[in-house]
Amino acid sequence: MKFIASTLAVVSKDVRSELRTRYAMNALLMFVVTSVATILFALREDEVSTDVLSGMFWVVIFFTAMSGLSRIFVSEEERGTTMTLQLVASPSVVYFGKLIFNCGLTLALSSAVTILYVAVFPAFVIKSMAIFLLTIFLGSLGFAAAATIIAAIIAKANTKGTLYPVLSFPILIPLLMTVMKSTARALDGEMFTAALSEFQILASYVMIMIAGSYLLFDYVWKE
Amino acid sequence: MSPISIIAQGLSKDFNRSSVFKDISFSLSSPASLSITGRNGAGKSTLSKILAGLLSSTRGTIAYLIQGKQMGIEEFKHHIGFVSPYLNLYDEFTALENLQILSSIRTAARQNDERIKELLMLVGLWNRRDDVVGTYSSGMKQRLKYAFALLHNPAVLILDEPTSNLDTEGIDVITQIIQEQKKANILIIATNDKEEAHWCEQQIQIGVVQ
Repeated sequence: MKFIASTLAVVSKDVRSELRTRYAMNALLMFVVTSVATILFALREDEVSTDVLSGMFWVVIFFTAMSGLSRIFVSEEERGTTMTLQLVASPSVVYFGKLIFNCGLTLALSSAVTILYVAVFPAFVIKSMAIFLLTIFLGSLGFAAAATIIAAIIAKANTKGTLYPVLSFPILIPLLMTVMKSTARALDGEMFTAALSEFQILASYVMIMIAGSYLLFDYVWKE
Repeated sequence: MSPISIIAQGLSKDFNRSSVFKDISFSLSSPASLSITGRNGAGKSTLSKILAGLLSSTRGTIAYLIQGKQMGIEEFKHHIGFVSPYLNLYDEFTALENLQILSSIRTAARQNDERIKELLMLVGLWNRRDDVVGTYSSGMKQRLKYAFALLHNPAVLILDEPTSNLDTEGIDVITQIIQEQKKANILIIATNDKEEAHWCEQQIQIGVVQ
């Protein structure tokens, strides 16, 4: 119980801090808007397939996540508060607190991108809502799980900005390929059972990433 | 408070291929006080961070005991208060919010508002409790670090450059805190200042052995 309460206290701290400073939110929102606008202008009246739409959807989410999800640890290093957090919380409390925050941020980001896509792309019609929602949910968790541990790794590096997407991309490839496929199914209106294999992959990815990150985090967090 | 002991044996720290310090050993059992002295770059701050569980040593061991029973650092950490120039609190929160939030993370319980008020009054920041820490001077931030360090009544207080950025009044407050800590608990000070070093009963000098 103490573990859960401390973890939620970390989440609460980060939410309050984000609402005050807007470190990540402003960057994420601007990136989403400019990316979608750029794609809209590039496509104009062209009709694109669901595969292409699905790919573009997750490209926007991927690059937006790369611009914002690392802040969770980078901001602690830049402000010199890492030591403070190390004094009051165990590594696992910090990890799960940051993970939950990033999950929330990624879900919010995915929702915002979804709303924009539905609004500006007439071809982006979600015919199978169940597949789409579960894909967004598991995809967001997968992004957050990978992004959190990589953010912890690069937080102490000198070239954080470059290193983060470079380290993230190979790890996120399986996730990206799977969510793009699953999203295309949702846009094509396929049956829920048609996407079961993708959901199994996504669920496994999330579990493996979180379990592996939890085991490694102690060594990453403490010098 | 139950008797607390810290036993360090053969502590050494290397960064890349450079040795910061080698073979530091000491034994402290409450009540006890230790000053760590040495020239700039000798590793005083590094040793204080290792003792606080914030850094790992390259070689050697540290045993933390309460009433003879050894504890891991993650468990013992809740008995340690730490003040250092490298420690920062959250600039976007007020002094009161910082202490409330950090207390709730550490104890997972509703923060003790009476204790927070007592400490903010002790360090002379009660009237500025609702100002964001980002507006504080360096001396005020140092005082707030003491309030943070003492929040959970630590049995071990580790101070790195204890009077850094403090005015005369601030130094008087810190002296009072140190005297209280020495009575029944463990105090460790890392300092260049000879006067501060003499606040402690034991002293070790560290430096790179050529």
